[in-house]
Amino acid sequence: MTQTVNNNRNSLGRRGRGVVGDRTFLIVSLIAGVLVLAILALILLTTLREAWPAFRYSGTDFVTSPTWVPNDPDGDGPAKAQFGALAFIYGTVIVSIIALLFAVPISIGIALFLTELAPLRLRTPVVTVIDLLAAIPSVVFGLWGIIVVGPRLVPIYDWFHDVLGDVPVLGSVFGKPIASGRSFMTAGLIVAIMIVPIITSITREIFNTVPTEDKQAAFALGATRWEMIKGAVFPHSFGGMVGAVMLGMGRAMGETIAVALTMGAAVQIVPNVFASGNTLPAVIAQNWGDPGSELGRSALIACGVVLFGITILVNYGARIIVRRAEVRMKGAAV
Amino acid sequence: MNRNVLTRRSILVGVALATLAAAGCASKEPTTTPSGAANEFASLSGAVKASGASFPNAYYQKAIDEFLKVADNADVTYNSVGSGTGKKEFGQGLTDFAGSDSTVKDTDGVASGSFYYIPTVAAPITVSYNLSGVDSLKLSGTTVGSIFGRKITKWNDPAIVADNPGVTLPDKAITVVHRSDGSGTTNNFTKFLVAAGGPGWTLGSGDSVAWAADTQGGDKNTGVAQLVKQGDGAVGYVDFADATASGLKFASIKNKDGQFVAPSLDGATAALAGAEVKDDLTYNPINAAGAATYPITAPTYLLLKTTYTDAAKAKLVKGFVRWLLTDGQSFAASVNFAKLPADLQQKALSQLNKVQG
Repeated sequence: MTQTVNNNRNSLGRRGRGVVGDRTFLIVSLIAGVLVLAILALILLTTLREAWPAFRYSGTDFVTSPTWVPNDPDGDGPAKAQFGALAFIYGTVIVSIIALLFAVPISIGIALFLTELAPLRLRTPVVTVIDLLAAIPSVVFGLWGIIVVGPRLVPIYDWFHDVLGDVPVLGSVFGKPIASGRSFMTAGLIVAIMIVPIITSITREIFNTVPTEDKQAAFALGATRWEMIKGAVFPHSFGGMVGAVMLGMGRAMGETIAVALTMGAAVQIVPNVFASGNTLPAVIAQNWGDPGSELGRSALIACGVVLFGITILVNYGARIIVRRAEVRMKGAAV
Repeated sequence: MNRNVLTRRSILVGVALATLAAAGCASKEPTTTPSGAANEFASLSGAVKASGASFPNAYYQKAIDEFLKVADNADVTYNSVGSGTGKKEFGQGLTDFAGSDSTVKDTDGVASGSFYYIPTVAAPITVSYNLSGVDSLKLSGTTVGSIFGRKITKWNDPAIVADNPGVTLPDKAITVVHRSDGSGTTNNFTKFLVAAGGPGWTLGSGDSVAWAADTQGGDKNTGVAQLVKQGDGAVGYVDFADATASGLKFASIKNKDGQFVAPSLDGATAALAGAEVKDDLTYNPINAAGAATYPITAPTYLLLKTTYTDAAKAKLVKGFVRWLLTDGQSFAASVNFAKLPADLQQKALSQLNKVQG
């Protein structure tokens, strides 16, 4: 006699422990999920509340003005403190772009090497070394950057400036390098090294999920290795790759200590990548110990809120890109 | 897991825990009390916490070390978190006294009238430079203001040449180095620039100011010192202790009386002697009068409560600060801080006697 209705009883007719286990699992996972959302919301709310005095003081100038004057320059005179974070937003974006420009090709290259080209016995050592890179503390990267890398890179920057200085657009991008080497480019390079492990490990996992049949099919149709990668691996992994790059970009935008040390702490918006600048998390880390005034402290928290907002915007943009690409590449339902 | 392995492992864990417990409970090593002197402090007991300015931290840590040798039943801790946070924690009652380089403003979180200022030490802020071939440099206040305000950009500018007759200055660009973090050192240095920097300095004073974009920022005094040392043609402001430790060259600054004085502890003490002291014992040694004063001297204070509710704490705090103002002053020079001149020391001691508790 078949049992068509399951009353969650086992064969002896008693309510099984499975039901309680199921319920507990449901509740625990629900709590975990809600907790994460609640923490995120709380962070946003509390930082907004602390940052509100600065936003009210500066208005929209906080995100549109490049003038950051943390003190009152003339006592009782007409000039006042000004908090305009545009230079820091610019710095954050430029350092992230430079970091991604260097890190993404390298990471995808390493991931492709590990999944397609490397002999099996080479894979584990390479993966171990890459993960070791992720274990190095950020402050060590920063110190290495200012003591070793920065000064050594200045002659290279000088060479670029000499060669490209007179070219119309590139000349302003590769302008006169700052003597200490602490610039957008140095910070971008250091951050690139720091985000390679993240992007590499996620991309490698994604590439591992490409079905072998697709790859075999490409070879069967006469594709070269590169054509197979372009035709079978990349379309399948595009969403995952963008996700990995977004994670790397998130780390690049939020990187604090390494950037604070290697950026040179100047408040300016210039196209010259060899000049000093500052980023939102770096300015918070540098000035948190002594913001000068309650308004200054509020302005620093407001920088954090702006960074939060930029990260959300970038992630949202990435999701839109992935969605469009998946519709096109895999024919996913719109 | 068979019984033998289990027993072995539990014995191992037991031994490990016992060792940890024994290490944690180890009593302090007995210290040798100097015979005779300062045994009034030996009866002090309890623990007090303090936090505040990082500028005098080296001196306070040394002073606490020496004090605890004399008062071995007591415990004093000082956390260097910055003047702003120190004042805030003091106002909230989290610490028993605070260290601050700056006076208390309304927004600092400390109720006015609830504390006394006790001056403790002072130290010079040097204008350190790195210029090959130039081993002695004199700068007047207006020149310093114009250099840091980026009105003067080369070392052989007429203003610098005028201050240094007979010295050949190279035609090199000046690299200005400042603090990238907010700091009391910047505050005191910019106060000097406001007072004596002339029309070249327009950025006001504060824990951080809006430096020109073509300057370089270093993290803390050590970061500025490192940048100055690294760059030929660099000039920056570094506190005396860190500049000496880094082996930098200092410029002699023209004081109010027209004398070029090199940064030194004697110059700092002279600046304190020449400063005008207000009734609440705050004083301003920046650009003070006197022939031997070094004009960029930074003061620092301890903030004590007017009344302590806990009698034992009051006794310990007063005992420690009294020691700091008497025997403790002799340790200042060894960590590159200037002790108080005699009359300021007396005023500080009488202010200390007003603390109730």
